Amino acid sequence: MNSDDLQAMLAIGGLALITVLTRAFFMIPRREIPMPGWLRRGLKYAPLAALTAVIAPEVFMTQGVLLTTWQDARLPAVLCACAYYFYRRGILGTIVVGMLVYLPLHVGLGW
Amino acid sequence: MSAVAQRRTWRHPLFRQGVADMLGTSLGIAAWGLVTGVAMVKSGMSVPVAVVMSLLVYAGSAQLAVIPLLAAGAPLWVVWLTACCVNLRFVIFSSLWRSYFQHLPLRQRLAIGYFSGDVIFVAFMKRFPEPRPGKGQVPFFWGAATVNWVAWQVPSLLGIALAHAIPLSWGLGFAGVLALLGVLLSLLVDRATWTATGVAATAAVAAFALPLKLNILVAIAAAVAAGLLVEAVQTQRTLAADQEGAP
Repeated sequence: MNSDDLQAMLAIGGLALITVLTRAFFMIPRREIPMPGWLRRGLKYAPLAALTAVIAPEVFMTQGVLLTTWQDARLPAVLCACAYYFYRRGILGTIVVGMLVYLPLHVGLGW
Repeated sequence: MSAVAQRRTWRHPLFRQGVADMLGTSLGIAAWGLVTGVAMVKSGMSVPVAVVMSLLVYAGSAQLAVIPLLAAGAPLWVVWLTACCVNLRFVIFSSLWRSYFQHLPLRQRLAIGYFSGDVIFVAFMKRFPEPRPGKGQVPFFWGAATVNWVAWQVPSLLGIALAHAIPLSWGLGFAGVLALLGVLLSLLVDRATWTATGVAATAAVAAFALPLKLNILVAIAAAVAAGLLVEAVQTQRTLAADQEGAP
Protein backbone atom coordinates (compact mmCIF):
# COMPACT_ATOMS: atom_id res chain seq x y z
CA MET A 1 0.00 0.00 0.00
CA ASN A 2 1.50 3.37 -1.00
CA SER A 3 1.03 6.77 0.60
CA ASP A 4 -1.81 7.70 -1.78
CA ASP A 5 -3.73 4.66 -0.56
CA LEU A 6 -3.01 5.61 3.07
CA GLN A 7 -4.40 9.08 2.41
CA ALA A 8 -7.47 7.48 0.79
CA MET A 9 -7.94 5.16 3.79
CA LEU A 10 -7.85 8.16 6.12
CA ALA A 11 -10.47 9.88 3.96
CA ILE A 12 -12.61 6.73 4.01
CA GLY A 13 -12.38 6.42 7.81
CA GLY A 14 -13.66 9.98 8.13
CA LEU A 15 -16.41 9.37 5.56
CA ALA A 16 -17.63 6.27 7.43
CA LEU A 17 -17.76 8.32 10.63
CA ILE A 18 -19.74 11.01 8.78
CA THR A 19 -22.22 8.36 7.60
CA VAL A 20 -22.90 7.31 11.21
CA LEU A 21 -22.93 10.80 12.72
CA THR A 22 -25.24 12.42 10.16
CA ARG A 23 -27.69 9.52 9.98
CA ALA A 24 -27.90 9.10 13.76
CA PHE A 25 -27.57 12.84 14.52
CA PHE A 26 -30.74 13.52 16.52
CA MET A 27 -30.74 10.02 18.02
CA ILE A 28 -27.41 10.61 19.77
CA PRO A 29 -28.39 13.05 22.59
CA ARG A 30 -30.25 11.36 25.43
CA ARG A 31 -32.45 14.33 26.37
CA GLU A 32 -35.47 15.49 24.38
CA ILE A 33 -34.70 18.24 21.87
CA PRO A 34 -37.30 21.02 21.93
CA MET A 35 -38.85 21.54 18.49
CA PRO A 36 -41.82 23.77 17.59
CA GLY A 37 -44.97 21.93 16.51
CA TRP A 38 -45.13 23.47 13.03
CA LEU A 39 -41.58 22.26 12.31
CA ARG A 40 -42.45 18.76 13.52
CA ARG A 41 -45.47 18.71 11.17
CA GLY A 42 -43.49 20.27 8.32
CA LEU A 43 -40.70 17.69 8.53
CA LYS A 44 -42.99 15.03 7.11
CA TYR A 45 -42.45 16.73 3.74
CA ALA A 46 -38.66 16.36 4.07
CA PRO A 47 -38.29 12.82 2.69
CA LEU A 48 -40.32 13.44 -0.45
CA ALA A 49 -38.52 16.75 -0.96
CA ALA A 50 -35.12 15.06 -0.65
CA LEU A 51 -36.11 12.36 -3.14
CA THR A 52 -37.48 14.98 -5.56
CA ALA A 53 -34.32 17.05 -5.21
CA VAL A 54 -32.19 14.04 -6.16
CA ILE A 55 -34.44 12.95 -9.06
CA ALA A 56 -35.39 16.27 -10.72
CA PRO A 57 -31.88 17.34 -11.85
CA GLU A 58 -31.16 13.75 -13.00
CA VAL A 59 -34.21 13.91 -15.29
CA PHE A 60 -34.41 17.52 -16.44
CA MET A 61 -30.75 18.58 -16.60
CA THR A 62 -27.61 17.64 -18.53
CA GLN A 63 -24.24 18.72 -17.14
CA GLY A 64 -25.93 21.25 -14.86
CA VAL A 65 -28.01 22.89 -17.60
CA LEU A 66 -31.77 22.55 -18.15
CA LEU A 67 -32.64 20.30 -21.13
CA THR A 68 -33.03 22.17 -24.39
CA THR A 69 -34.39 19.29 -26.47
CA TRP A 70 -37.31 16.85 -26.27
CA GLN A 71 -35.10 14.22 -27.85
CA ASP A 72 -33.85 12.89 -24.55
CA ALA A 73 -34.46 9.28 -23.62
CA ARG A 74 -35.11 10.20 -19.99
CA LEU A 75 -38.32 12.15 -20.70
CA PRO A 76 -40.36 9.41 -22.45
CA ALA A 77 -38.91 6.86 -19.99
CA VAL A 78 -40.08 8.86 -16.97
CA LEU A 79 -43.51 9.48 -18.54
CA CYS A 80 -44.02 5.76 -19.22
CA ALA A 81 -42.68 4.82 -15.77
CA CYS A 82 -45.14 7.24 -14.10
CA ALA A 83 -48.02 5.96 -16.24
CA TYR A 84 -47.17 2.38 -15.25
CA TYR A 85 -46.95 3.32 -11.58
CA PHE A 86 -50.40 4.92 -11.49
CA TYR A 87 -51.83 1.98 -13.45
CA ARG A 88 -50.35 -0.85 -11.37
CA ARG A 89 -48.70 0.73 -8.26
CA GLY A 90 -45.63 -1.53 -8.44
CA ILE A 91 -42.13 -0.10 -8.05
CA LEU A 92 -40.34 -3.03 -9.70
CA GLY A 93 -42.54 -2.68 -12.81
CA THR A 94 -41.95 1.07 -12.81
CA ILE A 95 -38.19 0.49 -13.02
CA VAL A 96 -38.51 -2.21 -15.69
CA VAL A 97 -40.89 -0.20 -17.91
CA GLY A 98 -38.75 2.93 -17.57
CA MET A 99 -35.57 1.06 -18.54
CA LEU A 100 -37.31 -0.72 -21.45
CA VAL A 101 -38.14 2.71 -22.89
CA TYR A 102 -34.84 4.31 -21.90
CA LEU A 103 -32.21 1.80 -23.04
CA PRO A 104 -33.23 1.45 -26.74
CA LEU A 105 -33.63 5.21 -27.15
CA HIS A 106 -30.39 5.98 -25.29
CA VAL A 107 -28.09 3.22 -26.52
CA GLY A 108 -29.77 2.74 -29.91
CA LEU A 109 -30.64 6.27 -31.02
CA GLY A 110 -28.19 8.12 -28.81
CA TRP A 111 -30.92 10.30 -27.26
CA MET B 1 -27.65 -7.33 20.57
CA SER B 2 -27.32 -10.80 22.11
CA ALA B 3 -27.50 -13.90 19.91
CA VAL B 4 -30.94 -14.77 21.30
CA ALA B 5 -32.29 -11.28 20.63
CA GLN B 6 -30.84 -11.42 17.13
CA ARG B 7 -32.57 -14.70 16.36
CA ARG B 8 -35.81 -13.25 17.72
CA THR B 9 -35.38 -10.25 15.41
CA TRP B 10 -34.97 -12.15 12.17
CA ARG B 11 -37.66 -14.72 12.95
CA HIS B 12 -40.20 -11.96 13.61
CA PRO B 13 -42.98 -11.72 10.95
CA LEU B 14 -42.31 -8.00 10.58
CA PHE B 15 -38.70 -8.75 9.63
CA ARG B 16 -40.10 -10.56 6.59
CA GLN B 17 -42.49 -7.65 5.99
CA GLY B 18 -39.51 -5.28 5.93
CA VAL B 19 -37.80 -7.55 3.40
CA ALA B 20 -40.95 -7.70 1.24
CA ASP B 21 -41.50 -3.94 1.31
CA MET B 22 -37.98 -3.34 -0.03
CA LEU B 23 -37.81 -6.00 -2.76
CA GLY B 24 -39.41 -3.85 -5.50
CA THR B 25 -36.96 -0.99 -5.12
CA SER B 26 -33.93 -3.24 -4.66
CA LEU B 27 -33.44 -3.58 -8.44
CA GLY B 28 -32.92 0.16 -8.69
CA ILE B 29 -30.67 0.21 -5.62
CA ALA B 30 -28.64 -2.58 -7.25
CA ALA B 31 -28.21 -0.65 -10.51
CA TRP B 32 -27.12 2.39 -8.57
CA GLY B 33 -24.66 0.33 -6.48
CA LEU B 34 -23.18 -1.18 -9.65
CA VAL B 35 -22.66 2.25 -11.20
CA THR B 36 -21.05 3.58 -8.01
CA GLY B 37 -18.67 0.60 -7.92
CA VAL B 38 -17.67 1.16 -11.55
CA ALA B 39 -17.31 4.92 -11.02
CA MET B 40 -14.90 4.43 -8.09
CA VAL B 41 -12.49 2.27 -10.08
CA LYS B 42 -12.80 4.34 -13.28
CA SER B 43 -11.84 7.46 -11.30
CA GLY B 44 -8.45 5.81 -10.75
CA MET B 45 -9.04 4.42 -7.25
CA SER B 46 -7.21 1.16 -6.55
CA VAL B 47 -9.40 -1.93 -6.15
CA PRO B 48 -8.65 -2.55 -2.42
CA VAL B 49 -9.40 1.09 -1.58
CA ALA B 50 -12.65 0.94 -3.57
CA VAL B 51 -13.71 -2.26 -1.75
CA VAL B 52 -13.01 -0.73 1.67
CA MET B 53 -14.83 2.45 0.69
CA SER B 54 -17.92 0.56 -0.46
CA LEU B 55 -18.04 -1.61 2.66
CA LEU B 56 -17.34 1.13 5.21
CA VAL B 57 -18.80 4.35 3.85
CA TYR B 58 -22.04 2.78 2.52
CA ALA B 59 -23.54 6.05 1.27
CA GLY B 60 -24.23 6.22 -2.46
CA SER B 61 -24.87 9.91 -2.95
CA ALA B 62 -21.95 10.96 -0.71
CA GLN B 63 -19.60 8.51 -2.43
CA LEU B 64 -20.54 9.75 -5.90
CA ALA B 65 -20.00 13.34 -4.73
CA VAL B 66 -16.52 12.76 -3.26
CA ILE B 67 -15.12 10.36 -5.89
CA PRO B 68 -14.04 13.20 -8.24
CA LEU B 69 -12.62 15.14 -5.27
CA LEU B 70 -10.51 12.17 -4.13
CA ALA B 71 -9.33 11.59 -7.71
CA ALA B 72 -8.27 15.25 -7.97
CA GLY B 73 -6.37 15.02 -4.67
CA ALA B 74 -8.57 17.60 -2.90
CA PRO B 75 -7.71 18.33 0.76
CA LEU B 76 -9.36 16.01 3.29
CA TRP B 77 -11.47 18.76 4.86
CA VAL B 78 -13.04 19.54 1.48
CA VAL B 79 -13.87 15.85 0.99
CA TRP B 80 -15.39 15.56 4.45
CA LEU B 81 -17.31 18.85 4.26
CA THR B 82 -18.82 17.80 0.93
CA ALA B 83 -19.95 14.46 2.39
CA CYS B 84 -21.48 16.24 5.41
CA CYS B 85 -23.47 18.56 3.16
CA VAL B 86 -24.69 15.78 0.89
CA ASN B 87 -25.76 13.87 4.03
CA LEU B 88 -27.60 16.80 5.64
CA ARG B 89 -30.94 15.31 4.61
CA PHE B 90 -30.16 12.36 6.87
CA VAL B 91 -29.77 14.75 9.80
CA ILE B 92 -33.38 15.81 9.18
CA PHE B 93 -34.48 12.17 8.86
CA SER B 94 -32.74 11.34 12.15
CA SER B 95 -35.08 13.69 14.02
CA LEU B 96 -37.93 11.43 12.86
CA TRP B 97 -36.02 8.21 13.63
CA ARG B 98 -35.64 9.55 17.14
CA SER B 99 -39.39 9.38 17.83
CA TYR B 100 -39.31 5.62 17.13
CA PHE B 101 -35.98 4.43 18.51
CA GLN B 102 -34.95 6.75 21.34
CA HIS B 103 -35.77 4.10 23.96
CA LEU B 104 -33.04 1.79 22.60
CA PRO B 105 -29.45 1.80 23.94
CA LEU B 106 -27.04 4.21 22.24
CA ARG B 107 -25.14 1.45 20.45
CA GLN B 108 -28.30 0.20 18.74
CA ARG B 109 -29.33 3.75 17.84
CA LEU B 110 -25.96 4.30 16.15
CA ALA B 111 -26.28 0.98 14.29
CA ILE B 112 -29.77 1.92 13.11
CA GLY B 113 -28.45 5.29 11.99
CA TYR B 114 -25.57 3.76 10.05
CA PHE B 115 -27.79 1.29 8.16
CA SER B 116 -30.66 3.69 7.39
CA GLY B 117 -30.74 4.89 3.78
CA ASP B 118 -33.33 7.02 1.98
CA VAL B 119 -35.44 4.13 0.73
CA ILE B 120 -35.53 2.37 4.12
CA PHE B 121 -36.66 5.63 5.69
CA VAL B 122 -39.57 5.97 3.26
CA ALA B 123 -40.59 2.29 3.61
CA PHE B 124 -40.51 2.59 7.41
CA MET B 125 -42.55 5.81 7.53
CA LYS B 126 -45.20 4.23 5.29
CA ARG B 127 -45.46 1.14 7.49
CA PHE B 128 -45.44 3.15 10.77
CA PRO B 129 -46.94 6.59 10.04
CA GLU B 130 -47.50 7.37 13.75
CA PRO B 131 -44.22 8.82 15.11
CA ARG B 132 -44.07 6.78 18.33
CA PRO B 133 -42.46 3.51 19.40
CA GLY B 134 -44.48 0.40 18.60
CA LYS B 135 -44.28 -3.39 18.34
CA GLY B 136 -42.28 -4.88 15.50
CA GLN B 137 -40.53 -1.68 14.46
CA VAL B 138 -37.03 -2.98 15.20
CA PRO B 139 -37.44 -6.26 13.26
CA PHE B 140 -39.09 -4.38 10.37
CA PHE B 141 -36.16 -1.98 10.26
CA TRP B 142 -33.59 -4.78 10.18
CA GLY B 143 -35.52 -6.66 7.48
CA ALA B 144 -35.54 -3.58 5.27
CA ALA B 145 -31.93 -2.72 6.15
CA THR B 146 -30.71 -6.23 5.27
CA VAL B 147 -32.26 -6.08 1.78
CA ASN B 148 -30.88 -2.58 1.26
CA TRP B 149 -27.37 -3.65 2.33
CA VAL B 150 -27.25 -6.76 0.13
CA ALA B 151 -28.88 -4.97 -2.84
CA TRP B 152 -26.25 -2.24 -2.59
CA GLN B 153 -23.02 -4.04 -1.59
CA VAL B 154 -23.16 -7.09 -3.91
CA PRO B 155 -23.57 -5.04 -7.14
CA SER B 156 -21.16 -2.39 -5.85
CA LEU B 157 -18.42 -5.02 -5.34
CA LEU B 158 -19.34 -6.55 -8.71
CA GLY B 159 -18.96 -3.12 -10.30
CA ILE B 160 -15.52 -2.75 -8.72
CA ALA B 161 -14.44 -6.17 -10.03
CA LEU B 162 -15.85 -5.70 -13.55
CA ALA B 163 -15.29 -1.95 -13.84
CA HIS B 164 -13.64 -2.12 -17.22
CA ALA B 165 -16.25 -4.44 -18.75
CA ILE B 166 -19.26 -2.26 -17.86
CA PRO B 167 -19.67 0.89 -19.97
CA LEU B 168 -21.05 3.82 -17.95
CA SER B 169 -22.34 5.34 -21.22
CA TRP B 170 -25.27 2.90 -21.21
CA GLY B 171 -26.81 4.89 -18.40
CA LEU B 172 -27.60 1.91 -16.14
CA GLY B 173 -27.64 4.30 -13.19
CA PHE B 174 -30.92 5.62 -14.56
CA ALA B 175 -32.56 2.54 -13.00
CA GLY B 176 -31.62 4.02 -9.63
CA VAL B 177 -33.39 7.26 -10.54
CA LEU B 178 -36.47 5.26 -11.60
CA ALA B 179 -36.45 3.39 -8.28
CA LEU B 180 -36.43 6.66 -6.36
CA LEU B 181 -39.17 7.93 -8.69
CA GLY B 182 -41.36 4.92 -7.83
CA VAL B 183 -40.80 5.54 -4.11
CA LEU B 184 -41.59 9.23 -4.56
CA LEU B 185 -44.84 8.55 -6.46
CA SER B 186 -45.99 6.28 -3.64
CA LEU B 187 -45.70 9.25 -1.27
CA LEU B 188 -47.92 11.57 -3.31
CA VAL B 189 -51.30 11.14 -1.66
CA ASP B 190 -52.95 14.58 -1.49
CA ARG B 191 -52.75 18.18 -2.65
CA ALA B 192 -50.17 19.15 -0.01
CA THR B 193 -47.71 16.40 -1.01
CA TRP B 194 -48.11 17.09 -4.77
CA THR B 195 -47.53 20.79 -4.22
CA ALA B 196 -44.51 20.15 -1.99
CA THR B 197 -42.99 17.89 -4.67
CA GLY B 198 -43.56 20.41 -7.46
CA VAL B 199 -41.94 23.13 -5.38
CA ALA B 200 -39.03 20.85 -4.42
CA ALA B 201 -38.37 19.91 -8.06
CA THR B 202 -38.36 23.55 -9.16
CA ALA B 203 -36.14 24.61 -6.26
CA ALA B 204 -33.68 21.75 -6.77
CA VAL B 205 -33.23 22.58 -10.47
CA ALA B 206 -33.12 26.36 -9.92
CA ALA B 207 -30.56 26.06 -7.09
CA PHE B 208 -28.49 23.39 -8.86
CA ALA B 209 -25.49 25.70 -9.28
CA LEU B 210 -24.98 25.85 -5.50
CA PRO B 211 -21.86 23.99 -4.35
CA LEU B 212 -21.84 20.83 -2.17
CA LYS B 213 -25.30 19.67 -3.34
CA LEU B 214 -26.87 22.33 -1.13
CA ASN B 215 -29.73 22.51 -3.66
CA ILE B 216 -31.16 19.46 -1.85
CA LEU B 217 -31.45 21.47 1.38
CA VAL B 218 -32.96 24.45 -0.45
CA ALA B 219 -35.55 22.07 -1.95
CA ILE B 220 -36.36 20.57 1.47
CA ALA B 221 -36.87 24.01 3.05
CA ALA B 222 -39.05 25.18 0.15
CA ALA B 223 -41.13 21.99 0.18
CA VAL B 224 -41.71 22.09 3.95
CA ALA B 225 -42.91 25.70 3.63
CA ALA B 226 -45.16 24.82 0.67
CA GLY B 227 -46.63 21.77 2.41
CA LEU B 228 -47.42 23.75 5.58
CA LEU B 229 -48.95 26.54 3.51
CA VAL B 230 -51.32 24.16 1.70
CA GLU B 231 -52.28 22.59 5.05
CA ALA B 232 -53.00 26.04 6.52
CA VAL B 233 -55.15 27.08 3.54
CA GLN B 234 -57.10 23.82 3.71
CA THR B 235 -57.68 24.17 7.48
CA GLN B 236 -59.00 27.71 6.99
CA ARG B 237 -61.34 26.57 4.21
CA THR B 238 -62.76 23.79 6.39
CA LEU B 239 -63.22 26.23 9.26
CA ALA B 240 -64.99 28.72 6.98
CA ALA B 241 -67.23 25.97 5.56
CA ASP B 242 -68.09 24.80 9.09
CA GLN B 243 -69.06 28.32 10.11
CA GLU B 244 -71.28 28.76 7.05
CA GLY B 245 -72.96 25.43 7.69
CA ALA B 246 -73.61 26.26 11.37
CA PRO B 247 -77.12 27.53 12.21
